[in-house]
Amino acid sequence: MVRLEPRRQHSQAMVYLSPVLAILMTLVVGGIIFAFMGKNPFDALYTFFILPINNSYGISELFVKATPLVIIGVGLAMGFRANVWNIGAEGQLTMGAIFGGGLALYFHDSESILLMPAMFVLGALGGAFWGAIPALLRTRFNANEILTSLMLTYVATLFLSFLVHGPWRNPEGFNFPESRPFPDAGLLPIIFEGSRVHLGTAVAVLVVIAGWLLLSKSVIGFQLRVVGKAPQAARHVGFRQKRMVWFTLLLGGALAGLAGLFEVAGPIGQLQPSISPGYGFTAIIVAFLGRLHPVGILFGGLIMALTYLGGELAQITLGLPNAVTGLFQGILLFFLLACDVLTKYRIRFGSIAAKGRTA
Amino acid sequence: MKGAGPAQLEVRGVTKAFPGCLANDDISFRIEPGEIHALLGENGAGKSTLVKIIYGVLQADEGELIWEGKPVTIHSPHNAREMGIGLVFQHFSLFETMTVLENIALAMNDVRDMDALRKQVLEVEKTYGLPLDPDRHVYTLSVGERQRIEIVRCLLQNPKLLILDEPTSVLTPQEVEKLFETLRRLADEGCAILYISHKLHEVKALCQKATVLRGGKVVAGCDPREETAKSMAEMMIGQKLTAPDRGEARTFGDVRLAVADLSLASDEQFGTDLKGINLEVRGGEIMGVAGVAGNGQNELFRALAGETEQEAAPDSIKIDGTSVAHFGPRRRRRLGATFVPEERNGHGAVPDMSLSENGFLTAFRRMALAAKGLIREVPTKSFADNIIKTFDVRTTGSGAEAGSLSGGNLQKFIVGREILQDPGVLVISQPTWGVDAGAASAIHQALLDLAAKGTAVLVISQDLDEIFAICDSVVVMAEGKMSKPRPMADVSIEEIGLLMGGLHDLEGNATPANNTQVEGGRVGQA
Repeated sequence: MVRLEPRRQHSQAMVYLSPVLAILMTLVVGGIIFAFMGKNPFDALYTFFILPINNSYGISELFVKATPLVIIGVGLAMGFRANVWNIGAEGQLTMGAIFGGGLALYFHDSESILLMPAMFVLGALGGAFWGAIPALLRTRFNANEILTSLMLTYVATLFLSFLVHGPWRNPEGFNFPESRPFPDAGLLPIIFEGSRVHLGTAVAVLVVIAGWLLLSKSVIGFQLRVVGKAPQAARHVGFRQKRMVWFTLLLGGALAGLAGLFEVAGPIGQLQPSISPGYGFTAIIVAFLGRLHPVGILFGGLIMALTYLGGELAQITLGLPNAVTGLFQGILLFFLLACDVLTKYRIRFGSIAAKGRTA
Repeated sequence: MKGAGPAQLEVRGVTKAFPGCLANDDISFRIEPGEIHALLGENGAGKSTLVKIIYGVLQADEGELIWEGKPVTIHSPHNAREMGIGLVFQHFSLFETMTVLENIALAMNDVRDMDALRKQVLEVEKTYGLPLDPDRHVYTLSVGERQRIEIVRCLLQNPKLLILDEPTSVLTPQEVEKLFETLRRLADEGCAILYISHKLHEVKALCQKATVLRGGKVVAGCDPREETAKSMAEMMIGQKLTAPDRGEARTFGDVRLAVADLSLASDEQFGTDLKGINLEVRGGEIMGVAGVAGNGQNELFRALAGETEQEAAPDSIKIDGTSVAHFGPRRRRRLGATFVPEERNGHGAVPDMSLSENGFLTAFRRMALAAKGLIREVPTKSFADNIIKTFDVRTTGSGAEAGSLSGGNLQKFIVGREILQDPGVLVISQPTWGVDAGAASAIHQALLDLAAKGTAVLVISQDLDEIFAICDSVVVMAEGKMSKPRPMADVSIEEIGLLMGGLHDLEGNATPANNTQVEGGRVGQA
């Protein structure tokens, strides 16, 4: 018989081992699924996880995909630490893209170097604005932010769709539902020649460092953790939960908005109906895969970015459906949550009866 | 079958090891039918482990249990209950979102008819004087009321061996006496009782035999009736015990904590509203707040600590003359007030944070542990180390998670954390609830020393011994109201017990039938 036995103290080793275990189990289950689909599991896994990054362009693409995941993941982790469940990063990302991108469209013939920083600010404001709505609803009316933030995601994507189909459609775009291309001053500079790695990737690294400082070294990060772990203790010392709800939703929203702006001002270069393959949702997995720790999220972001690249390649070379990406992400989250049980419990083998030598 | 026959339960050579700790080391003793047997020992002495083995929660590594003369294996609590073993746990194993009756039904091995069970419950409650509404949800109940559920649900099973772990902490002296009558009656009916308590005078009054554990071993067996509380305490801790040193005749300074006509509706659905609370604590004074759990003490604590959602009326709470009714906890702490809540895990401390971080939690402003919004790691760690050293907190170090400490050690850490901040006012709730004798006496001494330095200390406690041991004056809470303060020297334990039972009859508009008066600060006996 297998039993779970509570540990006296959380296992730090398991905190870090759990994602590794989860990844291994995902690979095994993934291989089995590939086998059922009639593919050689080893070939398929190779195509999915190794092939995409066995050249320098592939690696640069990994950074491009990881950038929004990491930026959003760090923001979400702050909220998750404080038990604020912002599920609507995808919507905040979209609003960031609309606000920041809207500025680039308004100044579509600008050459000012001020355009880019202004887009940064507006992108972050757009995301923060979209995060502020669930914060207001939660703090004023006690509405569950999981539902409100999720529902607002659909409002945001439909709003973007309305804009690019209507008022913001490119007048010279042959009626395609796309905006004008952004002016050069509104495009993120490429930081590695010959790749699509843009300034946003550097910002992502800065976000990781700042996030780590905030969470581990600052008083406000301490407050976040206390509010999350022991709300009553937080109330006892006057750390106000409502303030943490506002702080984390605004910060998470701002970072998601920034990530959205980076997408449209980076790889995409204009507004179109679809600007993200679900980065806002995948970032939730990234945050947990990275143990809600900014440095961990950096690695988590790279791993999840790989599932996007692998999924694309599997589509092209193996003829697998695009849903494989989502499938892998789901399996990984599933195993991760399961493995996390082991940080608080240990597995004991052997039956109770065998241990009961009392009588 | 009393006396001559086989023991109700004999424990033979029971040994149980946990990783890094030998919790029970070759423990042997026997309990006869109808015997009230005390199990004494400090926290960590191995009492809880032994109880869990007897109740089938844990299995011994070595040794055996003999039940009515036959060796038995107790596989599970279910199994134990079938055999006739009942247990009132120290930490209540209750489901918060379920009702009293549902919780009782869950602990019964076989419930067919809830209505019949309800009748039985009400009957037991009536017989043993344990009033409790079977349809209340557990989360709305006070600690004392929760304990009543545990006692009721054990008594329902007509046990042959009843184990009680610290059962009287939340009862008035009169209720304790009632419980003892119940237990004596049960014992007369042939039920064996294993009684675990730190209150040694209770053990002396109730028990015929005692087994003393220290460090997982049986170190002594005695007849409590022939020992003194002090001699038994010394057996438990293995060294001479010094009574708290109250110092010279105490002098009091200015009023540092003043509460005037404080009325506040409870935040909780079934909480107790505070009604016109008045009290003044002077520098150097330790004032006790006595009362049965759930009579507004939690609400009073939260109101004083600034945790309540609603604001109290202006000027109803003053710290060193400054009105703080509209202040949150931080600004009250900045004025020099510190607070120790009743619940350690999750209220006074964050269980899965380190001791360093838990030190930082309440002290970062007063002890300047943060600068420019960042945590100063070195002073934070040394503050925690200082608490650990000064208050003899047994732990692996300041990096240990608070939740890994025993109750007594964590309480020493929390009390130490507040005392080392050199407060002008300290409000402390149940300072030694579930804490072993050694830690309790250390905490009492620390409070006395703190008061001697001019701090006003308010001790909210259900433990009257504690109040008598350390307080200079006492007030009693009942149903959200508070009695007038009285100097400790002027009141008897019986008078306080009467006040705990119901203040509304005694305070102010006493009904003539009760023949009581409070004029002049003394209570006439009814």
